[in-house]
Amino acid sequence: MPKELWKGNEAIAEAAVRAGLEAYFGYPITPQTEVLEYLSRRMPELGRAFVQAESELGAINMVYGAACTGVRVMSSSSSPGVSLMMEGISYIAGTEVPAVLVNVMRGGPGLGNIAPAQADYNQAVHGGGHGDYQAIVLAPASVQEAIDLTVLSFDLAEKYRSICMVILDGCVGQMMEPAEMPEMKPVHRENWDWNTDAKMGKRERRILSSIYLDPVEEEKMNLRLLNRWRTIEANEVRYKEYFLDDAEIVIIGFGTAGRVALSAVREARAQGIKVGLLRPITVSPFPHKVIDQLAGRVDAFLVTEMNSGQMLEDVRLAVKGRVPVEFYGRMGGVVPFPDEILNEIHRMAKVKLSADVHPRDAWLERMAHV
Amino acid sequence: MQKEIIISGFGGQGVLFAGQVIAYAAMDSGKQVTWIPSYGPEMRGGTANCTVVIADQEIGSPLVKNPPLVIALNLPSYDKYEPMMQVGGTLVVNQSMVDRGAKRADINTVFVSANEIAEQIGDKKLTNMVAVGALLAALPEVTIETLEEALKAHLPARHQHLLPKNYEALRRGFESAKEQLAVIV
Repeated sequence: MPKELWKGNEAIAEAAVRAGLEAYFGYPITPQTEVLEYLSRRMPELGRAFVQAESELGAINMVYGAACTGVRVMSSSSSPGVSLMMEGISYIAGTEVPAVLVNVMRGGPGLGNIAPAQADYNQAVHGGGHGDYQAIVLAPASVQEAIDLTVLSFDLAEKYRSICMVILDGCVGQMMEPAEMPEMKPVHRENWDWNTDAKMGKRERRILSSIYLDPVEEEKMNLRLLNRWRTIEANEVRYKEYFLDDAEIVIIGFGTAGRVALSAVREARAQGIKVGLLRPITVSPFPHKVIDQLAGRVDAFLVTEMNSGQMLEDVRLAVKGRVPVEFYGRMGGVVPFPDEILNEIHRMAKVKLSADVHPRDAWLERMAHV
Repeated sequence: MQKEIIISGFGGQGVLFAGQVIAYAAMDSGKQVTWIPSYGPEMRGGTANCTVVIADQEIGSPLVKNPPLVIALNLPSYDKYEPMMQVGGTLVVNQSMVDRGAKRADINTVFVSANEIAEQIGDKKLTNMVAVGALLAALPEVTIETLEEALKAHLPARHQHLLPKNYEALRRGFESAKEQLAVIV
């Protein structure tokens, strides 16, 4: 297919359609509304289900119901809206049905603003809903990646009967880039052994629920989820490397923070500083192993995020104190410029770094001018 | 090669579309490109801007702090971006909407009476295309022919009859800027 200029949000919507999306339920919120708007036109055109629900709570429970029937189903929202969906997300996890959820993150907490942010990392990666569950979380940094990862999210969700979240910030949602759409895939319903359908009396009854009143049974379910997660961790980690071969300093950043860092890395390289970039594509499962390996041969890490250092803690777990891990973040909807990250690279290349101070505390002191 | 462009003006002046046309032309010439709008809670009459980045390789930051190329379609945009420009950059100013000269001598400021030129061609809405034409005089990576092709290829069918006037707007803007840049250089 030839490349077309696609807006991130609309690209996600069309990619979902081409991946066989049969039902979409959502509620408008900036900077995500174009997903809903696009599908409100596109889905009925194809005879598929589109509902603008009365609320996010309504939307996620419609997703839950549709997921139980085994069709490809999706919702999308932005930070405050995703918070409202958390109860439903936990129920979907507890029922072990596949669903795709897109979060085009904005500044927070609370109502915040509509500018790009990455402050829902912890909510997406480390829970959000109650109970022991983990979601697969993909973090595109470009429109093409948003398309590819949306398609992938349906496959992963089904393969592991899991929630698959695509988290991006308002930048990726609102920007236009040349991108290639996949071929239209015909709607295809797998012959699952778990979904509810209209075959009453023709086979043994199937029950889908997140209720396990017997704690021993619930624990068995928890173990099943955990073992499944180990398989996901072993098979589904994805990331992109830039200039890592001879890197002495490695920047780690996802989504827009990652691509802004790429500009800084190129500039630093042009100045002769050996710096590279690791951009996680799956932030859950997290690329622990590659960071663990890098920690054995590089001098220092710099984590850049559009939040207060949420992924930073996961990087620190992987580095295990072997080399300094520094942090640079912007919050509240502020997108860093490359020169800010370049300044950090210059600082790291010049001064002796200490592992005694927590990187967030040191960064806070450097942020005193804001 | 990487070039960053900011286009700024009042909502309704065609700021976002001007950026998209450049993005289409860059894409059709096989370049990498990003287009990103300011998307605050703006309304008609408020300010709007977009950033276009054109490059040969994977684009990092879609936003730029010190742009080398700017189109300012109104005075607030002129005031905002003039101090932010990269030394040696080119700033296209819509002279019809500003009442002052350049404050900086280390950038090329090109004044184009975009409103008047558009009105002479017969459609006030062509202001943005006059300014885009002027910018192309400082952006050799995108030729005026490529941009015309892009307009033709991506303008919806119901607007195709406007193509000749759009071409004229581009050329008038381009000529006006080329004359001024020739004097500067």
